[in-house]
Amino acid sequence: MSKTPITIQALWKQIGFIAIAAAIGGCSAATSTTPSTGKDQSTEAGAAPAVELLNVSYDPTREFYQDVNNEFATEWKQKTGQTVTIKQSHGGSGKQSRSVIDGLEADVVTLALAYDIDAMAERGLIPADWQKKLPDNSSPYTSTIVFLVRKGNPKQIKDWDDLIKPGISVITPNPKTSGGARWNYLAAWGYALEKNNHDEAKAKEFVTNLFKNVPVLDSGARGSTTTFVERGIGDVLIAWENEAYLAVNELGKDKFEIVNPSLSILAEPPVTIVDKYTDKHKTREVADAYLQFLYSKKGQELAAKHSYRPRDKEVLKAHTPAFPEIKLYTIDEWFGGWTKAQKDHFSDQGIFDQIYKP
Amino acid sequence: MRKSLRNRGFLPGFGMTMGYTIIYLSLLVLIPLSVLFLKASTMSWEQFVGTILDTRVLASIRVSILSSFFAACVNAVFGVLVAWVLARYQFFGKRIIDGIVDLPFALPTAVGGIALTSIYAENGWLGQYLAEWGIKVAYTPLGIWVALTFIGLPFVVRTVQPVLQDWDLQMEEAAATLGATRWSTFIRVILPHLLPAIITGFALAFARALGEYGSVVFISGNMPLKTEIVPLLIMTKLEQFDYAGATAIATVMLVASFVMLLIINYLQWRINKFDAAR
Repeated sequence: MSKTPITIQALWKQIGFIAIAAAIGGCSAATSTTPSTGKDQSTEAGAAPAVELLNVSYDPTREFYQDVNNEFATEWKQKTGQTVTIKQSHGGSGKQSRSVIDGLEADVVTLALAYDIDAMAERGLIPADWQKKLPDNSSPYTSTIVFLVRKGNPKQIKDWDDLIKPGISVITPNPKTSGGARWNYLAAWGYALEKNNHDEAKAKEFVTNLFKNVPVLDSGARGSTTTFVERGIGDVLIAWENEAYLAVNELGKDKFEIVNPSLSILAEPPVTIVDKYTDKHKTREVADAYLQFLYSKKGQELAAKHSYRPRDKEVLKAHTPAFPEIKLYTIDEWFGGWTKAQKDHFSDQGIFDQIYKP
Repeated sequence: MRKSLRNRGFLPGFGMTMGYTIIYLSLLVLIPLSVLFLKASTMSWEQFVGTILDTRVLASIRVSILSSFFAACVNAVFGVLVAWVLARYQFFGKRIIDGIVDLPFALPTAVGGIALTSIYAENGWLGQYLAEWGIKVAYTPLGIWVALTFIGLPFVVRTVQPVLQDWDLQMEEAAATLGATRWSTFIRVILPHLLPAIITGFALAFARALGEYGSVVFISGNMPLKTEIVPLLIMTKLEQFDYAGATAIATVMLVASFVMLLIINYLQWRINKFDAAR
């Protein structure tokens, strides 16, 4: 016993000592760092203190918001003399929403579906009626679901009915993992509803047949675009209009063309300020102005430039050749809003799971 | 005094280092993982069982375990081969090849997945020739296996290589003087000594493959019931803000890998004991 140099007590003493040291280190580190989003970094003397916003968005909006941020910062500087820097964060819409819920301090969120923002409201980050605070369902720009086919449209795909024909290979991402894919799925469902006098069973059969023609379910929209464009798999890609334009413009007008179906869904990617964090950062005023800017003529022009359909009638009209008229319906009209659509179709044991039951 | 806490040698610093080890492991491993159990425990037992026994979850567990197992098997065989070449022969460019082995370690796995998919897709470099034979790799379980073999490659090589490098050539010479052929020397003298290292490498490659997400989602095609892996289903649950469901699946995988590591440690201990007894 006396030979043992270390006793349990001594061991605990060591552990305790280290723990205390770590705690002290942690505290001093915490007090010495200032939050990077604080307003207190003043620039030149006399000017209003600089301010920083964090916009948490989803994948395909990266380039769009780069433009918006530059324009808005210039405008804000002219109006108030204050320098505003807007940081961007991009990723899958659902993943981005979870990051904010788990503590990523976003001042504004601009996501792919209202469901992902509803999840924040459920956890008390924003009020439940967030979608009524800004015009047009809080969606300053919209999009729709179209088809991308190979040049010359070799399989003669004109409308949704062509997608369920045997031998047609359809590429769309997995609705369980991709917010964008949920719009695709609902667009097909809505078409089948309309065609069959709103017979749910017929719609289910239609969508089941459609998914029988899907050889690959990528986890995200960009992955599906890659599968279709780079790997050469599939006869048709179901995609957001802006993604389809991006593929055509970036990868060659000589390789792909866009087909507009006779009926599609109005995709409304919503935006909102996150009250909990704007209150904390005292950035509500500038965050509000930032979102309002999206509705301004300039913001609408930028949306059109990046192939999102502007809400502003005049701006939309100015870009009509790019946005041909498609008969569109909203998710509220036919699916009773996102929360219900999510529950009916995409939750576990929901309709999408039934489609895939053996 | 309990034996396990006694300082067996004359080296000082046991208390200090042990304290560090425990705190370090707690902060990085034990506390985060126990939160997993905590989250999963917000479900009722029926919900938990319902989540786990869902057809899709079961199918994905099957896909994950089988493809990880086969990938680890292939790595166990060809990893030894690579380690053998690196340890026993001198040749031009050896250092480069030695470095290449670690690439799957260092590379973001998504990059590896995209690269593998573009090569093995039907219009890819290799995929088009395989397609002529009617073999589809990308977007099938075969593709998952390829990706998991890729990310598991370094484990067997890096565990077996040092053992081979420290290998005492006198043992082989002794075997030769006793009339053993090269082959039987390998099978009966060298291989038994390598076995613990191979098993460790196999276990590491297997465990790594079970949790792999980035490289697989690109090449698997993610077809429900066919090519969905467990990590994808966990992501799916998270996408629905179903934290409890996600952690339930994660817990099952955690317990499974823990049990597996225990079994393999036991096997290793048996082999070592058997080896020492000889």
